[in-house]
Amino acid sequence: MDEKIKGLKLQLEEELNKIKNTVDLDKVRVSYLGKKGTVTELLKGMKELSGEQRKEFGKKVNELKQLAAKKIEEKSEELKKLEIEAEINSMPRFDITTPVDLERGSYHPITLVQRQCESIFKSMGFTVEDYSEVVTDYECFESVNIPKHHPARDMQDTYYLENGQLLKSQTSAAQNAIIKKYGKGLKENGVPIKAIFPGRCFRNEATDATHENTFFQMEGVMVDKDISISNLIYFMKTMLSEVFRKDIKVRLRPGFFPFVEPGFELDINCLICGGDGCPSCNHSGWLELCPCGMIHPEVLREGGVDPEEYTGFAFGLGLTRLAMMKYGVKDIRDLNSGRLKALAQFTDDDRE
Amino acid sequence: MFLSMNWISDFVDLSGLDKVELINRFSLSTAEVENEIFYKGKDLSGIVVAEIKSVENHPESKKLHLLKVDAGGEELVDVVCGAPNVRVGMKTAFAKVGAKIGEIEISPRKLAGYTSNGMCCGEAEIGISDDNSGIMEITDDVANGTNLKDIYEIEDIVFEVDNKSLTNRPDLWGHYGIAREFASLACRPLKPLDVDNLTKYDALPKVDMKIEDKLCYRYSCLQFENIKRAVSPVNMRIRLYYCGMRAINFLADLTNYLMLEMGQPMHAFDSRKVGAIRVKRFSEPFSFTTLDEVERNIDENTLMICNGDTPVAIAGIMGGLDSEIVEDTTTLTLESATFDAVSIRKSSVRLGHRTDASQRYEKSLDPELTVPAIARFVKLLKTYDCNVEVVSSLTDEYAYRYDTVTLSFDKAFVDRYTGIEISNDTIVKTLTSLGFEVELNGDCFKVVVPSWRATKDVTIKADIIEEITRIYGYDNFEIHTTRSPLYPVRPDAVKRDEEKLKDLLVKRYNLHELHSYVWQYADEQNALGIPVEDNLKLSGATNPNIETIRRSLIPTQLCQVRTNVGYAPEFGIFEIGRAVEGVDGNNLAVEKKNLAITLYSKVKDIKTLYFELRDILATATDDLKHKTLGFVPTQPAHVYEHPVNLNEITLDGEVIGKIGIVHPVVNKKIDKKANIVFAEIDMKKFSECENASIKYQEPSKFPPMTYDLSLELGKNDLFSSLRETWEGIADELLRSTKIVDTYDTEFIHSITVRFEFGSNERTLSSAEIQDIMDKIIANLNNIGVKLRG
Repeated sequence: MDEKIKGLKLQLEEELNKIKNTVDLDKVRVSYLGKKGTVTELLKGMKELSGEQRKEFGKKVNELKQLAAKKIEEKSEELKKLEIEAEINSMPRFDITTPVDLERGSYHPITLVQRQCESIFKSMGFTVEDYSEVVTDYECFESVNIPKHHPARDMQDTYYLENGQLLKSQTSAAQNAIIKKYGKGLKENGVPIKAIFPGRCFRNEATDATHENTFFQMEGVMVDKDISISNLIYFMKTMLSEVFRKDIKVRLRPGFFPFVEPGFELDINCLICGGDGCPSCNHSGWLELCPCGMIHPEVLREGGVDPEEYTGFAFGLGLTRLAMMKYGVKDIRDLNSGRLKALAQFTDDDRE
Repeated sequence: MFLSMNWISDFVDLSGLDKVELINRFSLSTAEVENEIFYKGKDLSGIVVAEIKSVENHPESKKLHLLKVDAGGEELVDVVCGAPNVRVGMKTAFAKVGAKIGEIEISPRKLAGYTSNGMCCGEAEIGISDDNSGIMEITDDVANGTNLKDIYEIEDIVFEVDNKSLTNRPDLWGHYGIAREFASLACRPLKPLDVDNLTKYDALPKVDMKIEDKLCYRYSCLQFENIKRAVSPVNMRIRLYYCGMRAINFLADLTNYLMLEMGQPMHAFDSRKVGAIRVKRFSEPFSFTTLDEVERNIDENTLMICNGDTPVAIAGIMGGLDSEIVEDTTTLTLESATFDAVSIRKSSVRLGHRTDASQRYEKSLDPELTVPAIARFVKLLKTYDCNVEVVSSLTDEYAYRYDTVTLSFDKAFVDRYTGIEISNDTIVKTLTSLGFEVELNGDCFKVVVPSWRATKDVTIKADIIEEITRIYGYDNFEIHTTRSPLYPVRPDAVKRDEEKLKDLLVKRYNLHELHSYVWQYADEQNALGIPVEDNLKLSGATNPNIETIRRSLIPTQLCQVRTNVGYAPEFGIFEIGRAVEGVDGNNLAVEKKNLAITLYSKVKDIKTLYFELRDILATATDDLKHKTLGFVPTQPAHVYEHPVNLNEITLDGEVIGKIGIVHPVVNKKIDKKANIVFAEIDMKKFSECENASIKYQEPSKFPPMTYDLSLELGKNDLFSSLRETWEGIADELLRSTKIVDTYDTEFIHSITVRFEFGSNERTLSSAEIQDIMDKIIANLNNIGVKLRG
């Protein structure tokens, strides 16, 4: 019997040595330890033995059984390791440095600068208003103190429609409506009017690299009891510094616009040369960016707000101009061209 | 407009001050100065007065002369000169050896065999006029050798002001008004104008003159005789030239000079042609030849200056050819007048002729200016031509006077507007320096606006703020934020949805946002076979491509797709933009804000592409509104709509838009090999739909049960019509329905619907489910839907 057990031990070891995969190992396990396996058969043969012999034999077979199980388990571990190793080795090396084929959409650059401006003003408690593109003469001119014979009303500047309305030539066309909309809250509850309204404007002019008949502006108004020129400069400087993400120097020059008094032209120091003078700023170091001013008393009055009690500032930022400056767009016509080659480059730019 | 620092300095002493710095301050406080400043005569030295003592013809050259000139030295200088106007006894400008003209330094030089020790100069060469016909002729009595710069104002600093920034400042259209600004900025006094006293002519007869039209506010005139001088003094000519005008003759130059000095346009008539001055309009159009020899059509709105009933000048714009001063003119009538600004601007636009005069009149000139301008004119006339005789008394009709503007305000008003502290003293000084009469009582100011600012410019208190602050300097402002109270801000619903949709479309569906024009692209649309649809038009349009407002963004997008064919095998574009659907009952435009999406693909089959677009819209609606879109088949209304698969999009039962496939005819014109689908929704309707709240359902501990049903449908049956067969039967248990399989042949359209049931309270029994399904099947049978196999 002992011989037989010894033989089996040797045989098992020999077989295990030959095994290369877990499937074969499983076969071996079954052939030794399975229900009809060699070791199990040995145990079955025990019935024929008597007392003492049986006990001793049983002990030896059990040892054999444990040994076999242990050997098989060891082999199994070894094989698993080998298999993982083989799997690792079989993994091809990928070239992660190949060019990336970005599949993604794009925003119109105006949307991007508009959002940047909006988020700054929203953070300061301004509402963002929406306004129509077709407006009346009253909205665009009369309500903002542009007299009947002002050149701005001439045919050659404004797109009038057959029905007597017009395509708004400036976002100031929304001022009256905004002042009226929030005037009640101002007068009754002391809620300051703080609103911006981005919108598309239209002017009848020949287009070239720097002129468009369709462009975007963003108007802003703030009306309260003690709004001052000092506040206006503060807001303009803060907003522009946020938009360009650096400290922007601004300067104000007198400018004449019927809806503000005093009115200003706001210049910023040239973003390209930083103010030293370069071809972009015509060597002046400054770029004219946005008309602004203190809302004309007549405009407040027309909106139902008493100019003796309240003051306010307004500005009209050229969003199209800003987008061009910010992204280095040289030809304004690219913006409405609908050409994806140009416009698909503008991905999210809302870094806050 | 060009401005001369020398001229300005006639009226304010700016000595010891940095002129360029002052010009910069002027730009920040008054009106925009163009960037380039001109330093006239700076690069000129060693030019002296010299007299030609002898002239010999050059033996070999027809052009050249050999001169001996007296340049003030002990010996005469030999000069070779090619100018045609050399003659003995003539005084000229002479560049000595060592003189500099720009980059050139004069040195002895051989010309055709003879040495020239210097150069006789023409006016153009030394930059004081554009006359290059010969060498300069100096008629003034000055010693030979005198440096030209000592006798003439060759050196000057000239700067240009942007005319647009003077629109509201009629007082700044002449040097005197500009000088007032410089005086204020420099805190130096403004000198009064040196004028003739006109009262001494009061005994002389009046000019026959009458204003017969309210468009003429004031008409002043005076007659002269015996003007002998033909050529203007050099300094006057230099100033005119530096300010961009050509010298013509003394009289014309003087009227121009006065205009550039005081901003008051003037005109001189030949008195023989203008005996009875009448200012009026004509009831019938006629043609009239102006002194530039152009025949112009005059209509009944154009104000004319007439001799009786014969027009002699277009008021405020240009004189007529017939009444021009000519060589044998002996008596002339000088006009100095004020006209209605709007009328002059309109006439000038109508005539297509804008002159230096009309440009000034359209700014609303101060009528108080007409008489001082004449007084100044007479002063200068007599200074430069002592023979002149005034032969009439001042004739002046002042038909329309502006009201005197008086404004009252207090210190608190200024503080509130500025947000900074500006002292009463500074306010008084500033306003006084600008010509305002100021009265201060405690903290209360009473201010009388000077006439030259009162025509329309300064009318209200806020205008005074501008005067104070611009001179104070905006760069000197301390800036700070407001003290306004804070309140919550609610975003506009349309704006909010708009931004969310843009993010979703760009980030999740890789669409590209494009912008376009609000009018229909006639040419581009025609190329696609999409005619311009009738709609509200621009009035007076001349270009069919910028004429009719669009009704929908889809034709625009199809043009854009065509532009981008070749950009990529597939792409999607979108825009949230405006369209107009005609006018309403009040004749006002019905404006819409629409979201339009167009997908183009050479890769995907039409069904995949169509469903991609549907899924975009459905997902967006679910995302923003937690609601389900409905689709209702509809008939095409536009040539670009494919009749099959065109659907109205509904939300909460209201139609909010349309989705469809591009009609093959149009599609082929864009791209034969690509599929194109489009959708457009009304943003306002979309936004007005309320956001459904999220209904949280606790995950069930009990396993769900599913039941698959294979249905045979007719070709045109819609899934949406099946829904009613299970709605209301076991809504609390039916968790979802979805299509897990479809099977289509030529004859049958079959789908397998998986119903999932579940309960949070218990495990459902098969019998219970079967019971529900039996009811559903019965309902399906009722509407004629058969179960398959």
